[in-house]
Amino acid sequence: MTFPDMAGHFGKYGGRFVPEALVKALDELERAYREAKQDPVFQQRFDGLLKNYAGTPSLLYRAERLSEALGAEIWLKREDLNHTGAHKVRNVLGQALLAKRMGKPRVIAETGAGQHGVASATAAALLDLECVVYMGATDTERQALNVARMRMLGATVIPVTNGSQTLKDALNEALRDWVSTVETTHYLLGTAAGPHPFPEIVRDFVGGIGVEAREQIVGATGQLPDAVAACVGGGSNAIGIFHAFVPDEGVRLFGFEAGGDGVETGRHAASITGGSVGVLHGNRTYLLQDEDGQTMESHSISAGLDYPGVGPEHAWLHDTGRATYEPVTDAEAMAAFQLLCRTEGIIPAIESAHALAGAAKIAPRLAAELGRTPTILVNLSGRGDKDVHTAGAYFGILDDNEVLVPGEQE
Amino acid sequence: MSIAETFAKAKAEDRSVLVGCMPAGFPTVDDSIASMVAMAESGCDVIEVELPYSDPVMDGPVIQKASDIALANGVRSRDTLKIIEAVSRTGATVVLMTYWNPIEKYGVDAWARDLAAAGATGMITPDLIPDEGAEWIAAADKHGIDRTFLVSPSSTDERLAMTVASCRGFVYATALMGVTGARTSVSSQAPELVERIRRADPHMPVGVGLGVGTGAQAAEVAAFADGVIVGSALIRCVLEAPDLATGHDRLRALSAELAEGVRGGAPR
Ligand SMILES: Cc1ncc(COP(=O)(O)O)c(C=O)c1O
Repeated sequence: MTFPDMAGHFGKYGGRFVPEALVKALDELERAYREAKQDPVFQQRFDGLLKNYAGTPSLLYRAERLSEALGAEIWLKREDLNHTGAHKVRNVLGQALLAKRMGKPRVIAETGAGQHGVASATAAALLDLECVVYMGATDTERQALNVARMRMLGATVIPVTNGSQTLKDALNEALRDWVSTVETTHYLLGTAAGPHPFPEIVRDFVGGIGVEAREQIVGATGQLPDAVAACVGGGSNAIGIFHAFVPDEGVRLFGFEAGGDGVETGRHAASITGGSVGVLHGNRTYLLQDEDGQTMESHSISAGLDYPGVGPEHAWLHDTGRATYEPVTDAEAMAAFQLLCRTEGIIPAIESAHALAGAAKIAPRLAAELGRTPTILVNLSGRGDKDVHTAGAYFGILDDNEVLVPGEQE
Repeated sequence: MSIAETFAKAKAEDRSVLVGCMPAGFPTVDDSIASMVAMAESGCDVIEVELPYSDPVMDGPVIQKASDIALANGVRSRDTLKIIEAVSRTGATVVLMTYWNPIEKYGVDAWARDLAAAGATGMITPDLIPDEGAEWIAAADKHGIDRTFLVSPSSTDERLAMTVASCRGFVYATALMGVTGARTSVSSQAPELVERIRRADPHMPVGVGLGVGTGAQAAEVAAFADGVIVGSALIRCVLEAPDLATGHDRLRALSAELAEGVRGGAPR
């Protein structure tokens, strides 16, 4: 059986928990997507942009020095080398083409750190679409550079001042916009979450990551990896690299959630490992909520993982046991961030550093279990340019030249 | 009075039902009870209690703000039940409006049971469509709670018929494509939507909401709908008042104006 089912359910997860006013637009989107999927012209256009504009297939890189440090053979899927610096460009190009196809001249997007906003503004500029980006007012202040980038690209950035003024509120505001503008507007949702058909569409648009990586690693090593590791915010880069490997039962799938200060402290963004089942932003999934079902604020050093929910397919992969989800704390992620910088000369996005830290955690476990050096494929979902300020402040290297080694900054 | 009786009575009086909305616990539990009682005493036939929620995607700025204040002041789901109990004890007809997650978290069957015990007669679900509503429909039936789903100008005929068939008590017609909040004019899409609902089911009472804020607008909507639903304009009376006493004075005045409006609709 393939998932989701006709109504967008992955087991009990997913579905559509939305105002009736949006159902027609979601139905239209689903229909347009099914047609586009069958249309060779659309697929050619999408593949062409991915190849000639975004720069995919992204490299698969064998990280020798990192492998040595971690005691595992580590292969990095270099999504950080894509245009705009992350896997997200795949999704926005696909959805912007869909918007064109549906004859909608305007796209709206939500963004946390601004990565998805910048990617959306990029695709909108390329395809001549009007673009409005909703961003929590707290985030527009924290991420002023990305706000400037979006504006340079011609997008309108609207700071959202209600609720907690972060990503979840930006998403609420985008949904409110969409309720009143569905005739002319496509909601370019930034992750594999939200109401059906978004989790499926986003998964399929980013699914090239896993398809490419599977081919590349088999080509390079002659076999499948022992494990695939990715960070999980809303879940797009993770489902993008997992999906092609789901049928390969021998390949373990690991999703690493943002553990913040530690799941036990309550200050984290680990929806699966530290949350419970409920409904948020149009789908049933795991989320951070209090006893009354009110959404709780998430915490993570990584703005891209700082979201209190997770895509429904991950909830399903967790329940079925096909994938394993574990938290990675801010401190663990930042140690891995520094390790990659120093061993490979690659500055990763802090989100992706969570995947690296996770790989470091599972390496000894897998080695013990397999009785040999394990091969781990890690999705390096994005580059760290956007995080220089955060990481610089974390390591104390912005104001003076003192570099603290991890563990000393406490 | 049940929803059906309330609509039947209004019909007999050749007028529309006035439904007034107020978030539970805004600004405090006791104050919200006082607001709702004032509304009922001044002409609201049905009190629509809104359960404050952290992520109210169907609501505009006024209801968001009021809900945020209620939540910041610590209102809990069980307080909403307490408020419903207090208000329905005064004889008012009470329905609940709630986003879905708090209900799922409480336990769907337990909620329907406790809601009925508190005296509510119905529940409106802005983000639960019948497609996902099997568990709620079963629980509501078991405990005798009327269920109101929303229809929108964008609903296809097929969805409209399915949704109306899933409703008990009344159906909520959202007058325009948008979120809650008073508008300067009544949507031109509303009469056509009501007409389409009547074609799907001539007997199902239709409440029209989104955008109504004055007696004149209430009269305009009452001319073609069985119920007029007012939220933001009433809430603003309290939200923008310098003190609660002034807020309640304004709330009574506006409720009375709206009540006159629903009686000024052209006879059907
Ligand atoms: C580089 C990078 N990786 C991962 C994420 C997390 O999103 P997702 O879980 O949808 O991949 C983001 C989000 O901004 C990101 O920028």
